[in-house]
Amino acid sequence: MDQFIVKPLFGGDAIHWYTPTNVTLWMALTVAAVALMFVAGTRGRAIVPSRSQSVAELAYGFVHKMVEDVAGKDALRYFPHIFTLFLFIVFANFLGLVPMSFTTTSHIAVTALLALAVFLSVTILGFVRHGVQFLELFWVKAAPLPIRPILAVIEVISYFARPISHSIRLAGNMMAGHAVIKVFAGFAALAAISPFSVLAVTAMYGLEVLVSFIQAYVFTILTCVYLKDALHPHH
Amino acid sequence: MATEAEDAAHAAAGHGAEAVGMPQLDFSTFPNQIFWLAVSLVLIYLILTRIALPRISGVLAERAGSITNDLLAAEELKQKAKEAEAAYERALAEARAEAQRIVGETRAEMARDLAAATARAEAEIAARAAESERRIAAIRASAMESVAEVARDTALALVEALGGRAEEAAVHAAVEARLRE
Repeated sequence: MDQFIVKPLFGGDAIHWYTPTNVTLWMALTVAAVALMFVAGTRGRAIVPSRSQSVAELAYGFVHKMVEDVAGKDALRYFPHIFTLFLFIVFANFLGLVPMSFTTTSHIAVTALLALAVFLSVTILGFVRHGVQFLELFWVKAAPLPIRPILAVIEVISYFARPISHSIRLAGNMMAGHAVIKVFAGFAALAAISPFSVLAVTAMYGLEVLVSFIQAYVFTILTCVYLKDALHPHH
Repeated sequence: MATEAEDAAHAAAGHGAEAVGMPQLDFSTFPNQIFWLAVSLVLIYLILTRIALPRISGVLAERAGSITNDLLAAEELKQKAKEAEAAYERALAEARAEAQRIVGETRAEMARDLAAATARAEAEIAARAAESERRIAAIRASAMESVAEVARDTALALVEALGGRAEEAAVHAAVEARLRE
């Protein structure tokens, strides 16, 4: 589990909130990667895009369409926020796949903050936009009257379970994949099973590449779904 | 072998003596991570909203605009091409009609000329045929005349050769009678 340990970058043991750690380093690299792709890559502003510009445009179009399709046209005001989330997660996940790197999104502290930020802003947005009527989200009008209270209880529980599942899904996926690779890599020291081990590490790595993107996608699309509930709470 | 594998698994899982439990649940690092995450998110947000998103949406809008313009221009050119084609078709049809008319006129003229020439030729042929017939009749008549003369002379000579006394008028009459049969 060495790869998940938070260490100060410049020696010392104490980790204060401001201490530059490996978290700082890899988050800075994430920001740098985003800047490289979206500032340096789109520098040309070409009508016929260069490769990096077309990748940036593709990412833009991908998330823009997702927000519009899932949460509706009026949710496009929040597109920059959602795009920020998506880019942070996708770049952090992929940078975590670099050997010897530190995966910031494998830490529950990071994903919990992301999920809580989504949960709180979506809930506040719901109350600001709809006032008390936002609570109709828990009152399923489509169901027969007698079972509505029961459904309301279930809806409330599931609503508060959202940030937990939202954060643990991402951190768990990233941590588990890296831990499995590490375990297989540990077995590679044994001559008898090292070919199998190397093969397994390779296969797991391929899987992790998929998982890195898919988890970023899942996190973003769930954010869109929650945002849709806040903007249109009526079932 | 078994213990070796166990050791390897142990080392792989990273349960060293110094690390107790998951690093993810080490709450002392949380403020650090949360602070730097907040900084990173704010930086990414600023980069996106200040620079990247206006730029990309501008480029996309510009591209959509130029594509629309190009499509309009293409539509216009297509319309023009259609008009040009129609004009060409019209000109072609007119030229064809004109050609048809000229062909008809020429054909009629030729037919007229031909008829005139044919009539002339027929008249000449008829004239020549009549002339020839006349000459043939003359030749036949003169031939008949010659035959009668030769027959007369021959008959006179035969009568004299047979020792008879030829009476010219009687011989003539006999030959005439014979020739008429």
